[in-house]
Amino acid sequence: MLKRMSVFDDLVGQDTVIEQLRSATRAAGEQLAGGAGGGMTHAWLFTGPPGSGRAEAARAFAAALQCADGGCGHCSSCHQVFAGTHTDVLYVRPSGLSFGVDRTRELVLRAASRPTSGRFRIVLFEDADRATEAASNALLKAVEEPSPRTVWLLCTPTAEDMLVTIRSRCRQVRLRTPPTRAVVDVLVNRDGVAPDTAAEAARAAAGHIERARRLATDPDARERRSEVLAIPARLDGMGACVSAAARLYELAEAEAKATTSALDEQEKSDLKAAFGEGGTGKGVAKAVRGAAGAIKDLEEQQKRRATRIKRDTYDLALMDLVAFYRDVLAIQLGARVELSTGAHEADLMRVARASSPESTLRRIDAIMACRERIAANVHPQIAMEAMTAALYMG
Amino acid sequence: MSSASVPPLSIIVGDEELLVDRAVAELVAAVRAGDLEVDVHDLVPSQVTAGKLVEVTSPSLFGERRVVVLRSAQDLTKDLVAEVTGYLKDPADDVVMVLAHAGGAKGKALLEAATKAGATRINCAKPTKAAERLQFIKGEFSRADRQITADAAQALLDAVGSDLREIAAACTQLVVDTDGRVDAAAVARYHTGKAEASGFTVADRTVEGRLPEALEQLRWSLAVGTAPVLINSALAGAVRGLAVVAQPQRGVADAELAKRAKVPPWKLRTLRQQARGWTPQGVARAMAVIAETDALIKGAGRDPAYALERAVIEIAAARGSVLR
Ligand SMILES: [Zn+2]
Repeated sequence: MLKRMSVFDDLVGQDTVIEQLRSATRAAGEQLAGGAGGGMTHAWLFTGPPGSGRAEAARAFAAALQCADGGCGHCSSCHQVFAGTHTDVLYVRPSGLSFGVDRTRELVLRAASRPTSGRFRIVLFEDADRATEAASNALLKAVEEPSPRTVWLLCTPTAEDMLVTIRSRCRQVRLRTPPTRAVVDVLVNRDGVAPDTAAEAARAAAGHIERARRLATDPDARERRSEVLAIPARLDGMGACVSAAARLYELAEAEAKATTSALDEQEKSDLKAAFGEGGTGKGVAKAVRGAAGAIKDLEEQQKRRATRIKRDTYDLALMDLVAFYRDVLAIQLGARVELSTGAHEADLMRVARASSPESTLRRIDAIMACRERIAANVHPQIAMEAMTAALYMG
Repeated sequence: MSSASVPPLSIIVGDEELLVDRAVAELVAAVRAGDLEVDVHDLVPSQVTAGKLVEVTSPSLFGERRVVVLRSAQDLTKDLVAEVTGYLKDPADDVVMVLAHAGGAKGKALLEAATKAGATRINCAKPTKAAERLQFIKGEFSRADRQITADAAQALLDAVGSDLREIAAACTQLVVDTDGRVDAAAVARYHTGKAEASGFTVADRTVEGRLPEALEQLRWSLAVGTAPVLINSALAGAVRGLAVVAQPQRGVADAELAKRAKVPPWKLRTLRQQARGWTPQGVARAMAVIAETDALIKGAGRDPAYALERAVIEIAAARGSVLR
């Protein structure tokens, strides 16, 4: 990876957003110097479709606000924000499907204290839409009556995901789906991916940068996606529908496991290091007891996160299927668009010829219904069997 | 079996104690039926000596008939086996000899000698197949001059397990506690211990299109506390099974089909029977109903019992769906 020249380097295809955040950073500097700083405010709402980099944008902004140099990207403050170790940046990443009121109240309390390093006290709340209703109300209080140096950065997919009362007190930062071109550039220049692979991954991920990076750098992930996309052409009977649903289930579980196990191990070893595992002498026994409790908490959190990641992963697989049928539709209607599943052209043509655009729309509806059901806690296999059966019936 | 027809030498072969006991009891009863004065010597190996054998088989003063039962004959010592074999060559007229043998390789010589001497063989091996156990259940009811429906017999087997004594006890209880033909609902009433089994029964009746029984079973299952989500997952399992056998993928062996349908291989036959009358369209419809029902059961503010009732009705109706 190249050396970061600015904290905003990682934001792909978001020029307007970068402009907005740079000017806010300058205004914040004026404010600290005793000026008016009219371009700065204490509550921000980062919105954008999955994969557009909401949280990354918020993090870059946090680093810029804490940096004496407006976000140089290489001073120790910038590094600390990116590493998640800055004492005045509180990270909230709900690991489960919801974030409760108790934890929110605790967060509000911690957010209110004065910054220890002189600049701002920043809360970076990813997936703030996971806050429960009661939690949102607790949050509203904090946003309504801000402490002088506290800045709230909330991230949600759309502004409608937040209470309107909170929304109206935030300045909104709207990220867009980055164009394929920008994603390819970042994969080639930043991650050293070969241009062909990068282009294919970027098209496949349809603007979802992390997904594109994953597909570009992990052959297993590519293999799994390719298997998902091979499913439509293979549905030649009810038996095949059952097998396909079972396979989708397995693939999603495998993908989720690959994602979680890497995260879990890293976190556990970080936590152990923080508790000085392997040390000797006075106080070690006490520290070890504390560590055991902390590890148990962490494992609980990881379990909740695993559930969430599993659902997200089913969703990814289902969105791959949607992409397939959208390409089928484009072919059926003769639209000249970039096919995101072009690598499966033979299957696309076969399905396109064998069905009508109406039936393709019904199929897309069936996949969407499956997504909603899984989100509503229906057993994934049951939801996916109903879906593959509907895909087969057309 | 009348007294006259009781063979002088019987060999009961097998390790199912219940059946062995019954065979012995039937032989004794048959002898008694013709002659009230019968001496019965029921001996286990530890009670058998050469002297005892002579005592129980030598001609009696008053000519009364005797039944000599040698239990676990495979465990007799070599010397005693020689004694018994010797007797078999020159048996007494008024003695009915019964040898019970476990049926293994041990003590095989005695088994062969008895067979050679013209013994009547009665098999009492443990039933290994479900069909044999079902036959046993039917037999239990006809012994009591009663009838049990095939699905009730299956339900009983599902609920009680494979131990023949327990099955027999369950049959006896049903015979005593119920009147008339015993049906699945009656079995469900008395054997509610295995709640999940009752979910399977709901599912089976539903995909067989037997709506009244399916609804009755559903009420029972819910009444005995089976979780709605388990009943729905049983429905999902049954429909999955139909899908797998009704339109199997080409070139897939039965063992693999059973695995995909998540059933033991012997259940494929049942599945194929159930799959008659189902079209792909019907199966697809049933799958949609099940997914919707799962959502209703898990969603707040709904009535899971009603959701399941509707599911059962709609799935049973999907069975008749016309071919496209
Ligand atoms: Zn810096």
